Amino acid sequence: MPNAKRRRLSRVTATVVAVTLGGTALAACGSSDEDSEAQSGPVSLTYWTWTPGMDKVVDLWNKGPGKKDQITVTVKKQASGDTLVTKILTAHKAGKAPDLVQAEYQALPTLVSNDALADIAKNVGDAKSKFADGVWQQTTLGTDAVYAVPQDIGPMMFYYREDLFKKYGLTVPATWEQFAQTARALKKKAPDLDLTTFSANDSGLFAGLAQQAGAKWWTTSGDKWQVGINDAATKKVAEFWGGLVKEGAIDNQPMYTPAWNKALNTGKQIAWVSAVWAPGTLTTAAPDTEGKWAMAPLPQWSQSDNVTGSWGGSSTAVTTDSKHKEAAAKFAAWLNTDGDALNALAKEGGIYPASSSAQLSGAFTAPPAFFSNQPDFYNEAADIAKTTAPSAWGPNVNVAYTTFKDAFGAAAKNKSDFTVALDEMQADTVADMKKQGFEVSE
Amino acid sequence: MKTAARRKSYGVKGAPYALPSPTTTLKRARSAPYFFLVPATILFALFFALPIGYAVWLSFHKVKVSGLGLGAGARKEVWAGLENYTAAITDSELLDSALRVLGYGCIVVPVMLGLALLFALMLDAEKVRLAPFARLAIFLPYAIPGVVAALLWGFLYLPDVSPFYFVLDKLGLPQPDLLDGGPLYLALSNIAIWGGTGFNMIVIYTSLQAIPAEVYEAAKLDGATPLQIALKIKIPMVAPSLVLTFFFSIIATLQVFSEPTTLKPLTNSVSTTWSPLMKVYRDAFGTGDIYAAAAQAVIIAFVTLLLSFGFLRATNRRNKQEAAG
Repeated sequence: MPNAKRRRLSRVTATVVAVTLGGTALAACGSSDEDSEAQSGPVSLTYWTWTPGMDKVVDLWNKGPGKKDQITVTVKKQASGDTLVTKILTAHKAGKAPDLVQAEYQALPTLVSNDALADIAKNVGDAKSKFADGVWQQTTLGTDAVYAVPQDIGPMMFYYREDLFKKYGLTVPATWEQFAQTARALKKKAPDLDLTTFSANDSGLFAGLAQQAGAKWWTTSGDKWQVGINDAATKKVAEFWGGLVKEGAIDNQPMYTPAWNKALNTGKQIAWVSAVWAPGTLTTAAPDTEGKWAMAPLPQWSQSDNVTGSWGGSSTAVTTDSKHKEAAAKFAAWLNTDGDALNALAKEGGIYPASSSAQLSGAFTAPPAFFSNQPDFYNEAADIAKTTAPSAWGPNVNVAYTTFKDAFGAAAKNKSDFTVALDEMQADTVADMKKQGFEVSE
Repeated sequence: MKTAARRKSYGVKGAPYALPSPTTTLKRARSAPYFFLVPATILFALFFALPIGYAVWLSFHKVKVSGLGLGAGARKEVWAGLENYTAAITDSELLDSALRVLGYGCIVVPVMLGLALLFALMLDAEKVRLAPFARLAIFLPYAIPGVVAALLWGFLYLPDVSPFYFVLDKLGLPQPDLLDGGPLYLALSNIAIWGGTGFNMIVIYTSLQAIPAEVYEAAKLDGATPLQIALKIKIPMVAPSLVLTFFFSIIATLQVFSEPTTLKPLTNSVSTTWSPLMKVYRDAFGTGDIYAAAAQAVIIAFVTLLLSFGFLRATNRRNKQEAAG
């Protein structure tokens, strides 16, 4: 009996303690709410990001400028891309989104249209001057507001096996027409090999190729959205790749599979249309081919052009749920414009910085280890980055991207007309916008 | 106080001389079950009824954007009535996914349960060598998480990296593409059968073990062969477990998600809406229409309930008829 009584008593004590703790925690939350905009006292911010090694970069802030301003940032590692967008929107619905988030450029309109991102135009100082216009424009959505600070970019390039190109007597294609001829020539000389594959499992690649061709998928006029996913430029791209798949000049299997890794590693596929981050992917996917690859500008649609698209890249944004927007914006600007921060980002996170000045300093004075045979890798990359075409993202990129995977996946599998898949992508995207109540004109 | 005092001494001196007031006991007896139910009810309400209620609530709403939809207050949640439901029912993607899963289920359920029954009967037969080892070996795949199993098999299905294809190639045999068209169903079914047979076998085997030995003895005295014992005695006597495993298998089939989702990045043949649950997942997290996804989820739950209860009722009716006849 006494034992049981004591147990009950201790449970009561535990409950009381728990309730008290909960109370203090609540009180703590309450007090941090109050000193919100006043900027007195220490501020602590949470940051959702998927960049590896970001905690080390943030340590620089916490020990340096952050310490002076009493702004402490805590990194919470997240899954990348679309998964994080969903998570941010869910957290925002509960009013509990973190202060800072990493967001891909194409996700910004979705986040802004859900009122999840704060306008930080007043708090980022002269950050604009550090970036190329085409990059900066993606964070303003064509308005006077600024919804994020660019972090990294993914200008697209053409990667090829230098040794095998020599072996089969191929020249590096300067135009897409030459690209198609190269693919056919290789098929003739070595029927088992493919120049590359058309992969339907990463919509970003196709979006980048369309962007290079001059496509503008989402634009606004007045209070109306205009959706041009099946515009002439994109149709040209779809027809080109669909034709190559249909005639069997290139492979139709998806990227990022064990089979794809093997094809790259054994030289069954000898080129890859990719972006500046490709060396990292090749290092893990095709480790035996170190030093055998070379990078060249993306093939062009006409001899006189010099333009590329982007595939990937992300920014740092401040959420509307943040109680310390000014402090958060200050950190976002530091992270993406400060020389030390960008050096650390390149070293720890392996990113290619959006800031033009950082593209040729620090980590980028030497080529990536995998491309030691191409000493001017980053000089060339910086030149290519300058030619990036403007992009035009809309509020339901996720819908367009999802439809792409299914429609183009089926078309690639059946070797059928890619423009039909493109029309499907357009129709689904417009239908979704109309369903949500957007004003749309096609 | 008087009652309490009396009750305290109740039974101590050995004589039931003072019964407590009958009304109090009755009241307590009546309220006690409710009192014991409280924790379960609270948990049920918080973690089961509330989320379901929220899903149903979501399914009757939709988002309404005004103008360009940028900035604060441009997005509102409004009443949608049955809109999401009519859209889901008329959605050919959802119907197609249901048909695909039907075809998949037609392979998985009979093959898996047939094998499970066969293995259980074999293990239950007399004089089986290495029975404990065989039992464990058949059951082991069940212990492997579905995603891991799907990845493992996915690698084996990819011609360029699979050792099977290597052997087929060396032998000069044809190498079918398992991740395309009809063979894809076999490939997916194989993963489910590989993982699920062991579990179902254990359920059937356990009920086989529960059959009293006298029954077999009587059958043997009557001259029944082991095959006759299996067909005429064992199978009818484990029928309830067969019904149970069938029931579980149908529900698992309707809810198939992780295997096709894991195989999806490996091939162009599996779309993001291959199974009904994948369609729900895509709409909720891929295209961000949580309202449509909620309506589809409610429909799937409803169909599952309907099928389950229909099946249970049918088997009950049969049992009753058999008992009566």
